[in-house]
Amino acid sequence: MDNTVIVIGGGISGLTAAGMLAQQGLDVTLLEKENETGGHLARWDRLFPDRKKASEVLDFAMEGLNKVKIVTGVAITGISRQDHEFTVSTNLRDSGYGMQDAGYQSPVPSPQSPVPSTQSPVPSPQSQYTASALLVATGFDLFEARKKEEYGYGIYNNVITSADLEEQFKSGRKVLTSEGKTPGRIGFIHCVGSRDEKVGNLYCSKICCVTGVKQAIELKEMFPESEVFNFYMDLRMFDRHFEELYYEAQQKWGVSFIRGRLSECSENPDGSIILKTEDTLTGKPLKMTVDLLVLLSGFVPSGGTRGISKMLGLQEGTDGFINSADQHSQNNLSGIEGVFLAGAIKGPISVSESVADARAAAAQIACYLSSFKVTND
Amino acid sequence: MKPEGKRQIWDEYQKDIADDNYFYVRSCVRQNFFPGAEKTFLRYMKQLGRNVFENPSHTTCSGIGYHSDIVPFETAMTMVARQFALMTEAGYENFVTSCITSFGLYTEILETWEHFPKVEEQTRVHLRNATGREFLKPKNLAHASDVTFKLRKEIADAGRYRLVNQDTGEPIRVVEHIGCHYSRMFPNKGVGGAEYPYVLVGMIEEWGGEVIDYPERRHCCGFGFRQYLVKANRGYSVSASKKKFDSMKPYKPELILTNCPGCPMFLDRWQYAISEMEGTTYGENGQGIPVMTYEELAGLILGYDPWDLGLQVHQVPVEPLLEKMGIPYDPEKKFLDIDGNFIGKPKSPSFLKFY
Repeated sequence: MDNTVIVIGGGISGLTAAGMLAQQGLDVTLLEKENETGGHLARWDRLFPDRKKASEVLDFAMEGLNKVKIVTGVAITGISRQDHEFTVSTNLRDSGYGMQDAGYQSPVPSPQSPVPSTQSPVPSPQSQYTASALLVATGFDLFEARKKEEYGYGIYNNVITSADLEEQFKSGRKVLTSEGKTPGRIGFIHCVGSRDEKVGNLYCSKICCVTGVKQAIELKEMFPESEVFNFYMDLRMFDRHFEELYYEAQQKWGVSFIRGRLSECSENPDGSIILKTEDTLTGKPLKMTVDLLVLLSGFVPSGGTRGISKMLGLQEGTDGFINSADQHSQNNLSGIEGVFLAGAIKGPISVSESVADARAAAAQIACYLSSFKVTND
Repeated sequence: MKPEGKRQIWDEYQKDIADDNYFYVRSCVRQNFFPGAEKTFLRYMKQLGRNVFENPSHTTCSGIGYHSDIVPFETAMTMVARQFALMTEAGYENFVTSCITSFGLYTEILETWEHFPKVEEQTRVHLRNATGREFLKPKNLAHASDVTFKLRKEIADAGRYRLVNQDTGEPIRVVEHIGCHYSRMFPNKGVGGAEYPYVLVGMIEEWGGEVIDYPERRHCCGFGFRQYLVKANRGYSVSASKKKFDSMKPYKPELILTNCPGCPMFLDRWQYAISEMEGTTYGENGQGIPVMTYEELAGLILGYDPWDLGLQVHQVPVEPLLEKMGIPYDPEKKFLDIDGNFIGKPKSPSFLKFY
């Protein structure tokens, strides 16, 4: 076993862990399928609860990466292992994770291929990388909102997702309807693709509630005269200062919160959206017209997570996310020696939790490569 | 509205529909509501060279009783098993239903048997004990509107008329309404799924018309079984239909197209009822919005005589639509039966324009 680590995934978890590992003198290679690192965070404007700019968090993570070999735009086509050495094969990305029929092969003779010794911004079409430890940080995808067909995403012009809204915030442009008008009334729909048996996702995506609160405040700041309604099942303000943000939304900004799940929406001739829902606290059906509807899309395991999971034989939970060896005491261990997990690969998680989890994973990997015991066995 | 979004959904809800050799089962109620519709289906299937077989001893599927909570599921399954036995005895494998509720019930039963094989075995025992019959499950189950959807291009090619206004050249503006039991219970069993079904849209587009979406497109037609079957609830039935008419009126639809027994009945009859109750009409110049089944429309496209299709028994007169499409008709023959005898003319409504 040497001091080499391959980090798969260049989102906030992968970047943070790679930086931590490199700072400890380990030889780290980071593989990312996109052409840029940063993951979802790179497309986000501001973070809850303090509205810190996402780019600042990302910049902080990037600071420790000068010694990390970063390879972007590659698809992993296979992972093999011989003794304590993993070999990860990649192609320039045009087919995506798991598209080729490559599986976890162990033990098989490792092909003798050189490990790239320098940063490789333009990898060769087919490359191989070897390391003694793997950190899988392939994260999540946003639930594809158009699967909730009755919500009209991708069909009605004025139905957008929280990610679409965040991109508009990031662009600095005013958020307008598709007709170019200031939205007089805006609706947020919570739990889109989460806690929803119909789409097969029973789990809570955890961060959508506070995202809806944050984005509602930001729209009220942009349009003080507009009405903003959040339609929710529960409001799960689980972390520090989240509850305060929720109160601020109501008391300072006048955001309305209605407990009720959207049944369906339709489009009016003027492009506005009719919501059919229920106010479950008053026990009455409710029909409301909004100019803009924002769907708070939840988390699903990313395509990368599913592909790598299949290659390595990781244990998937009933929700499709990856189970760690033990949720309490070995949460960064995969159950396969030398393979570690970090971030949203294990389920919905906030940015601050991702950073902490990535650092914990880095510490576990450093222990493992130093032959410290990392398991309960 | 982004049409490409709908098309993406439609691409995901495709369905295998047999191309020929169908065992056809009728609806309990359609021959009273729209007596020419089923006959027209058989007529154009024959014209298009397809083999459709009927067994006169087939019965109700009991779906209307099942959904009204008066027929137990076990009874319904045994009656459906008997229908399948008739199909098997006739040597057919492709089962086609006229009724949407039947289609829903057959689908529900086949799904139940797939997931609970013991229930299927129990049903086989019940059928054997009651009738001595055995059955094979159909290889292909389709609603007659699925079959018509599959043949829509052939109908257009063989057709004499199109859903186009002959004076303006503009497409006829059509509202479509799908029966609840077609795809709402099992979205993947309907062409286009449950939220944006394509089965009627495909016909309308192929035959030259323009489909109109309106906010209450998904709302109940007004049948809703309990809303109508329980007499005290009929106010709900009228109000449900009225909600739809009020919602579609600003889009100026020229035709409502349906694929269920109940939908055309209530969307047609309640226009008359609402006009008598309130003086409100929803078409142009005091006219109503004509309501048709897909078989009747296919018959018009193919050039069949409107009165052979049974359009004279519609509550909302269809003449304005016939004139727009350039379809000739003889007003003198509207109320003559098949032998040329006068069958009587209904009293003119107070407000709804009548011909």
